[in-house]
Amino acid sequence: MSALLDDFLFRAALAGLGVALAAAPLGCFVVWRRMAYFGEATAHAAILGVAMSLALSLPLLPAVLAAALTMAVAVSALAGRGHAMDTLLGVAAHAALAAGLVAVSLLSGLRGVRLDLMAFLLGDILAVGRADLAVIWGGAGLVVALMAWRWPALLMSTLSPDLARSSGIDPRREEAGLVLALAVVVAVAIKVVGVLLIAALLVIPAAAARPLAHTPEAMALGAGAIGAVSTLAGLWGAWVLDIPAGPGIVVAAAAIFLVSALVSGFSGRR
Amino acid sequence: MSAPLVSATGLEVRLGGRQVLFDVDFAVHPGEIVTIVGPNGSGKSTLLRVLIGAVAPSRGRVARAPGLRIGYVPQKLFIDPSLPMTVRRFLGLPRRIGAEEAAAALARTGLPDLRHRQMADLSGGQFQRVLLARALLGRPNLLLLDEATQGLDQPGSARFYRLIESVRRETGCAVVMVGHDLHVVMAASDRVLCLNGHVCCEGTPEVVADAPEYRALFGSGTSGALALYRHDHDHGHDHAGPAGEVRE
Repeated sequence: MSALLDDFLFRAALAGLGVALAAAPLGCFVVWRRMAYFGEATAHAAILGVAMSLALSLPLLPAVLAAALTMAVAVSALAGRGHAMDTLLGVAAHAALAAGLVAVSLLSGLRGVRLDLMAFLLGDILAVGRADLAVIWGGAGLVVALMAWRWPALLMSTLSPDLARSSGIDPRREEAGLVLALAVVVAVAIKVVGVLLIAALLVIPAAAARPLAHTPEAMALGAGAIGAVSTLAGLWGAWVLDIPAGPGIVVAAAAIFLVSALVSGFSGRR
Repeated sequence: MSAPLVSATGLEVRLGGRQVLFDVDFAVHPGEIVTIVGPNGSGKSTLLRVLIGAVAPSRGRVARAPGLRIGYVPQKLFIDPSLPMTVRRFLGLPRRIGAEEAAAALARTGLPDLRHRQMADLSGGQFQRVLLARALLGRPNLLLLDEATQGLDQPGSARFYRLIESVRRETGCAVVMVGHDLHVVMAASDRVLCLNGHVCCEGTPEVVADAPEYRALFGSGTSGALALYRHDHDHGHDHAGPAGEVRE
C-alpha cells in the first residue's frame, strides 16, 4: 500500500475517486433541487478563498472552505427575497471568479510569489500528495456520512418542505446541511478538477445516471459509478494522450451522459 | 369531550406583510371530521400549514397534544422529472417499509399493486390515493387534507371522501380537510368551519349552510345540493360498495 501511495498516478486515482464518491449523492440533490447554478457560484467563490489564503497567509483549505461557505450562505439568504435567482446567481458566480482572479494576481505580485493559476482553475490531480489525499478522503468521507445519515430527511425536504414538516423534519436544517456539504466538496475538489469544473463533476454524473435509475438511491449509486469511471478514463487520457486530467474527467462524464441520454431517448424511456 | 389534539388560539398570520389570518381560534378533537371552507385566499391552506408547523404565526399560539402524529396530504405535489421515484419508495418516506406493507397500504386506499410504477406516471386520482396511503402509514391520529380531491371529477371525489370516512371509522383518527367542492366535502363532516381571514361561522354542515355569513360568501345555491347529497349518502352506506375502494 505504502509503495503504491508513492506512485503519483495511484494517488491521483484515489483522489479522483474520493471526490467522485462524495460528489455523487450531493450532485443528485443539486440536480433534483435545480441548484446547478448555485453549485457553480459556490465553486467559483473558491478562487476568492485562494486569494484570501494569500492575503492572510492562511492555509489553503480553511480559506477556500470559508469562501465557498460564505458564498453559499449569502446566495441562499438572497434566494427568498424576490430577486430573479437565475440572474443573481449568474452575477455572483462570475463576479466571484473574476474578483478572485484579480485579487490572486495582485497579491501574488505584491508577495512576489509565482502562483500557477491554471492549477486552481483546472485542477492539478497528478500533483496530489499524501497530505492532499488525507484531506480529500477526510472531506469526502464527511460528506458521504452526512448524506447517508440525513438521506430520508433530505429526500423529504426536496420532495416537499411541507410534507417534511408534517413528518417532524425541519427542511431548513436539511438545506443547511446540503450547503455545508457543497462547500466541503468544493474545498476538496479544487485540487482534482479545479474551480471551473467542480460544478460539472456534481451535475454531469447525476444527470447521466437519471435515465438509468428508478429510485433516488439507484440514481446516487449510478452517479457514483459514472463519476468513478470518468475519473479513471480522464486519468488514462492524461497518461496516454497527455491531456489535462481535470477536463479529461469531465469530457468522459459528458460522453457517458450523451450515451445514456441517447439510449434512453431511443428506447422511449424517461 | 376529550382534550384537543391540536388547538390554535388568537392566531394571526402575516405572509409577505399581508395579513392572511386574524383572530382565529380553532381546535381539533380526537376522531372528528372538520371541514374548512372559504373563498380563494381566505387562508384555508395557511391554517393547515400553521397546524403542521410550516408557517409560524405572528401572534397567538398553537398547542399540540403529546403523541400527536400528523398525516398530511398536500393539495398537489410536484415531483421534479429529474427525481426518479417509484410508488414503493415514496410510500417508504420517511420510514422504510417492506414490500408487503407497501402493497397493503395501497390496497387499503383501493389501489391495485402499483408499487413499481413511477409516481410521475400515475393518474390524478391514483396520485392522491398514494399520498393518502403514505400519510396513513405513519398511523396518524390527525389527518390533514388540503383540497385533496383537486383534479378529481365529482364521483371520484365523492369516492375519495367516503374513503376518508372509512379510514376515520377504522382508525379513529381526526380529520381536517380543506375543500372546494363544497357540498360533497361538507356532508361528510361533523363540523364545518367557514373561513375568510377569520372564522365567519362554525357548526354542523346544516347550521353553516344556513348561516347568513356563509350565504353571503357562497350564495344559497349550495344548501340544496347539500341536502341532495345527504339524502343519497344516508341511503348509500355500503362503503365497500360498487367502487370497491375499501378492502378489509
